[in-house]
Amino acid sequence: MTTTQRQVSTKTSPLGSAPAGPRSSTARAGGRPKLSEKKRDGIAGYLFLTPWLIGFFVLTLGPMLISLYLAFTKYNLFTDPEWIGLDNFTRMFSDPQFQQSVQITLTYVLVGTPIKLAAALGVAMLLNYRSRGSGFFRSAFYAPSLIGASVSVAIVWRAMFNNDGPVDTGLSFVGIDVGGWVGNPALVMPMMILLAVWQFGAPMVIFLAGLKQIPGELYEAADVDGAGPWRKFRSVTLPMLSPVIFFNLLLEMIGAFQIFASAFIISSGTGGPAGSTNFYTVYLYQRAFGDLQMGYASAMAWLLLVVVGIAAFVLFRTSKFWVHYGGDLK
Amino acid sequence: MTTLDTELAPVLPVDGQRQRVPKWKKRSTWVTVVWAVALTVIVAVVLYPLLWMVLASFKPSADINGNVSLLPENPTIQNYVKVLQGIGGIPVYTFFINSLILAVGSVIGVVLSSSMAAYAFARVRFAGSKIFFGLMIATLLLPFHVLIIPQYIIFQRLGLIDTFIPLLVVKFLATEAFFVFLMVQFIRNLPMELDEAARIDGAGHPRVFFSITLPLIKPALVTSSIFAFIWSWNDFLGPLLYLNSTDKYPLPLALRLYNDQSSVSDYGATIAISVLALIPIALFFFIFQRFLVEGVATQGLKG
Repeated sequence: MTTTQRQVSTKTSPLGSAPAGPRSSTARAGGRPKLSEKKRDGIAGYLFLTPWLIGFFVLTLGPMLISLYLAFTKYNLFTDPEWIGLDNFTRMFSDPQFQQSVQITLTYVLVGTPIKLAAALGVAMLLNYRSRGSGFFRSAFYAPSLIGASVSVAIVWRAMFNNDGPVDTGLSFVGIDVGGWVGNPALVMPMMILLAVWQFGAPMVIFLAGLKQIPGELYEAADVDGAGPWRKFRSVTLPMLSPVIFFNLLLEMIGAFQIFASAFIISSGTGGPAGSTNFYTVYLYQRAFGDLQMGYASAMAWLLLVVVGIAAFVLFRTSKFWVHYGGDLK
Repeated sequence: MTTLDTELAPVLPVDGQRQRVPKWKKRSTWVTVVWAVALTVIVAVVLYPLLWMVLASFKPSADINGNVSLLPENPTIQNYVKVLQGIGGIPVYTFFINSLILAVGSVIGVVLSSSMAAYAFARVRFAGSKIFFGLMIATLLLPFHVLIIPQYIIFQRLGLIDTFIPLLVVKFLATEAFFVFLMVQFIRNLPMELDEAARIDGAGHPRVFFSITLPLIKPALVTSSIFAFIWSWNDFLGPLLYLNSTDKYPLPLALRLYNDQSSVSDYGATIAISVLALIPIALFFFIFQRFLVEGVATQGLKG
């Protein structure tokens, strides 16, 4: 086989349906033709995709439809589901615990996510300032992201913010005596947000990779035009980084809606004190697996899906006003 | 130019003009000093909880609260001794072994099923591949909680509650799109000529997959394995849903037992077992940090 032939076939058929090789479909004299290249690809594609297809239909799409059905029923796992129409959804309006969980979760998402991303961007810019020696810092900052959602960290967080724990003791040194954060409903939210911000490393790594892609010429041109640091940040860094900001915002927001383990551990599964850790998913879990109200919990799950979907949709729709893809600034 | 750029080279091809050090990158010495000090302060704050945790595990329970000193004044290994006695008659190594079985099983399942799906998406042309790829990307954004109730019902009907099967079967069916996506990105960056040559020489798709694609995407497989291991090791919701018997508990559930039962007296033991549970992750982190950080970086830029 000559190289020229290979190159030709590469050019004409980028996805490997090489027409010119010796194994291309040659009809046997008098017999049926062998499977064409295209059919073989089709079979191979589906064979390779079989595990994913089973997973998608049996463990993702199927369950989504089941839970959509259950959302309109009363179901306790042991007797047959009973169709009750929209009752599960109307019940949410008169369920104060549900409303509290929505309020807590929205606060956590809308306050926590921007702070976390601002910290991530700030530290990424610091790291990008000088590359030599930043490898150690990059790894150290990333470490909390790996373990932040673990039970171990939730336990330690609770211990640190306990009455007379290191945070309380440290604060009383500077004259602030707030007592334990864990038992104080007003301070649980800041504590949970701090736990989220502590895990700024993962979005930071993504920001850093994005910052490295910004051509230095843009900053040189800005220097020539006499732009100061703030102007360079606003007019070069932010627009050039906007696709990465968009990506981080989307992923972090969706992740924040789903906070579970840390809230569950910090409250010992109760959502307390005074419902202050009663995050949406914790409440959903209690309703589904504590009280076996599977129908109501399914309705909550679908509401979460719709809200996350709307949030993502709004982000995508507004993105054309603030996300710049490629060339327009070069 | 920089260590970072060379590290990222396989995933982020750097064009030639970025090789020289641009003028705006040259820094004076004192700026560097301020830079290093600022970063050191942030690192100290970020790593403080971990340091506190390790040191607190060597303090007697009574000293953990209300004691300002970071270093233990009366260092003791009593907390670890208590942990090794197990909980509820079950020795602590049982929890480690359960966690290990789940994590290793997850790695095998994720690597096999995700690489197969990724090969199909990246290298095979077949009807419906674009639609399925879109659906796969959509599941990246799907809140997992929509699935837990029906998945639980399915596994309950199959009589699989209180076994490891529900926790492992999802890994063998490539349900975590993160891994498929990571591998698709990697395969797409491989030169097509290799596949072409092999196919012209008569190799079918399985042969190309095993002999060419898999060896070449080793970095992506390593990254995926590490994440699969760590995520399984940390997973709390899955085991909480499916496992009832204490002797089947992996570490996160065992930690919860300690946490919920802990009276003031074994406060130290709870922190000690938390430290023990993080050790395997710490080891992975120190050995493979480059793979981890780059895996995350690739996600963002190609997403």
